[in-house]
Amino acid sequence: MSRQSPTPNWRDLAIGTAALEPGSSRYNRTGDWRSSRPVWNLENCVKCGVCTVFCPEGCIAMRAEDSTPLSDMEYCKGCGICVAECWTGCIAMEEEKE
Amino acid sequence: MAERKGMEVSIAMAEAAALCDVDCIAAYPITPQTHVVEHLAEIVADGRLDAEFIPVESEHAALSACCGCSAAGARTFTATSSQGLALMHEILFITANLRLPVVMVVANRALSGPINIWNDHSDVMTERDAGWVQIFAENGQEAVDLVILAHRIAEDKRVVLPMMVHFDGFTVSHVIEPIEMPTCDDVKEFLPEFAPLQRLDVDKPISMGPVGMPNVYTEAKMMAEGVLRGAYGPIVEILGAFGDRFGRRYRPVETYRNEDAEILYVMMGGISETAMTWVDQKRAKGEKVGLVRFRLWRPLPADDFKAAIRGASVVSVLDRHFSPGGAGGPVAQEVKWILYGQPKAPQIVETVVGLGGRDVTFKDFEKIYGTCKAVLGGAKVPPFELTQVRGGHYGEV
Repeated sequence: MSRQSPTPNWRDLAIGTAALEPGSSRYNRTGDWRSSRPVWNLENCVKCGVCTVFCPEGCIAMRAEDSTPLSDMEYCKGCGICVAECWTGCIAMEEEKE
Repeated sequence: MAERKGMEVSIAMAEAAALCDVDCIAAYPITPQTHVVEHLAEIVADGRLDAEFIPVESEHAALSACCGCSAAGARTFTATSSQGLALMHEILFITANLRLPVVMVVANRALSGPINIWNDHSDVMTERDAGWVQIFAENGQEAVDLVILAHRIAEDKRVVLPMMVHFDGFTVSHVIEPIEMPTCDDVKEFLPEFAPLQRLDVDKPISMGPVGMPNVYTEAKMMAEGVLRGAYGPIVEILGAFGDRFGRRYRPVETYRNEDAEILYVMMGGISETAMTWVDQKRAKGEKVGLVRFRLWRPLPADDFKAAIRGASVVSVLDRHFSPGGAGGPVAQEVKWILYGQPKAPQIVETVVGLGGRDVTFKDFEKIYGTCKAVLGGAKVPPFELTQVRGGHYGEV
């Protein structure tokens, strides 16, 4: 079976709901249970990369051209670890709105 | 024809598992299942069975190890009872979801507390919803046959589900009975080599047991329902094939002298055999009474049951477990579910007997029969009752 649909019919599920190929996190978007999101104040950001190292989801990356930190909001759970670890205090959590 | 030999039922079941050429056994000894596991350990230690025997520290670990073995493509067997089955609780559901055809024999025993090692059905009935195929043996020969059948059913490509074989603790497990042990060749022919639909394989890696988020959990549960209900046809077919080869026929619902019966007793497990003798006595006196048993408990053979009780006016369900503060005995609940709203549905008399090893005798059948006769004569159906309790039933003045 190729990549599973996000809304499969029960008859199409793999035996034992197994994941038959790697990389399912590519299409299992797990960011939608976040209740707040990190927001960077880039004026104070020194682009040290601490947030990328501490993100438990590995969903913060430094943009190649200018090392600006970018969080992938399709996977970010809003845990706030980046906020706690950022020593410049340039990240703040903002409540998600509908 | 194979030879009939006097054997303890637990020992015979271990021998039957060995005949099935199981690859892996992970089990923890618990009364009254102990002899099954002990004897299997001996069979493996003696080199009679080429299998991995994994001594584990608990039943939780036992079934977890079984899942791993089965996922790797090994024919896997385990055995437990009561508290052990309860300790397996969370893995039971996982085994079924993963579609791992583990076979487990359960020597039915009361759940604590108070701590009690004797027979009733509280252990099995609290695991009704686990998604396993569940079948009941009433005597040693059936227990042996059902071990062999269970591997064939569980591994059938149309089923691929774990399966429990239930037999009463002590009153069946520890009894020495004349047993016809099938020959190795017959079992080999009846039970093809285990060919899993999918397994853990380094050349074709898959992940078993990943998270099922809200977008697939409902579908996964529908698969459990669809696969288990869909197993009914293959189970009937395989029971038939077993009958053709070995001469012993098993049906999803078993009947005994139910023709033209006005009053039918419904029960499961070893006490059915006592009930058969009692039915013979009643029939000899002209009483129209018969017996119906669920052999297959999951999937629940509702249509077979309806056919088996057709024409009866009173159905007397003898449960060996009940839900305190709830709807009474589990078998009676399901019988009511089957019959609710059916035209000409019989009256249902519900009793709970044989808890924690209390003997169930003719006297008990007779006492219940008095109630059934009264209901047959138009009396109001009483609420469920623990007929053997001293001090009167709760709610009685």
